[in-house]
Amino acid sequence: MLQLYQMKVGSRLMLGTARYPSPAVLADAVRAARAEVVTVSLRRESAGERAGQAFWSLVRELGVRVLPNTAGCHAVKEAVTTAHMAREVFGTTWIKLEVIGEEDTLQPDVFGLVDAARILCAEGFEVFPYTTEDLVVAERLLAAGCKVLMPWGAPIGSGRGLNNLFGLTALRAHFPDVPLIIDAGLGVPSHAARALELGFDAVLINTAVAQARDPVQMAAAFALAVEAGLGARQAGPIEPRDLATPSTPLIGTAFRG
Amino acid sequence: MKILVNGAWRETQREELAGALEELGYGGSVVSTAVNGEFIAAALRARTVLAEGDRVEVLAPMQGG
Repeated sequence: MLQLYQMKVGSRLMLGTARYPSPAVLADAVRAARAEVVTVSLRRESAGERAGQAFWSLVRELGVRVLPNTAGCHAVKEAVTTAHMAREVFGTTWIKLEVIGEEDTLQPDVFGLVDAARILCAEGFEVFPYTTEDLVVAERLLAAGCKVLMPWGAPIGSGRGLNNLFGLTALRAHFPDVPLIIDAGLGVPSHAARALELGFDAVLINTAVAQARDPVQMAAAFALAVEAGLGARQAGPIEPRDLATPSTPLIGTAFRG
Repeated sequence: MKILVNGAWRETQREELAGALEELGYGGSVVSTAVNGEFIAAALRARTVLAEGDRVEVLAPMQGG
């Protein structure tokens, strides 16, 4: 089981809830993924449409834990205020903290991220910061009070997988006891399997599932990949080597000597 | 009084935030509110007095990644 603050989570696959073809497909995808945690957001509500109310009913029926985000926030104050609003609406102290610093890559503004994390942790929030693989930033986030980190695999929605394998591996090695969840940029199940094989604790997937031709089938495929990756990690993979070693024993080989 | 609700100008006869939300059609909705960038908890809406030109944000659960 994965410990995320006070909660133990069985599934290592978290799912975002945005960009699905329909609410029904979203619901089926969450079930197919066997996800226990889904991310949600806050947006302006139209009094006429009340779209948010229908969405919230759907999520509650799924019986999953919600992780609200501060997506779209570019400033510390915006992110902190959004976190306050999310805590009230969703009734949770969990917050996936995003402070975006660059429009083309949606790269986190890590300076603002650390500042916002410090404020929110002091206020009792359980912060899941969306960050890069930078070791110093990770140190600062942990010092601010974060007990989970969410490093990006690649830019949000890019589907490029684990973009900086060396940096991510170093992050895992530096913080062996901190839950690390790869958030953003994974495109196919093999990316997720790789993340778990490398020792990351979980992955959060949104676009790769929601925008697949068949999101429900893709959600199921990601669930299998995550299970395979975790199993492989626990089983202890062999070290890669440069030269061949015969898998069939050489002793007693015919026609030798 | 005119206030800016989610980026659009709206007219309200009510001075307190709770009343304005009711008048504008948000009654019974699960929403969170901010006035001029400051979070206003649900319990404080009845005591929060609005002024002409205030910027009110009314947010609700939405899909997110």
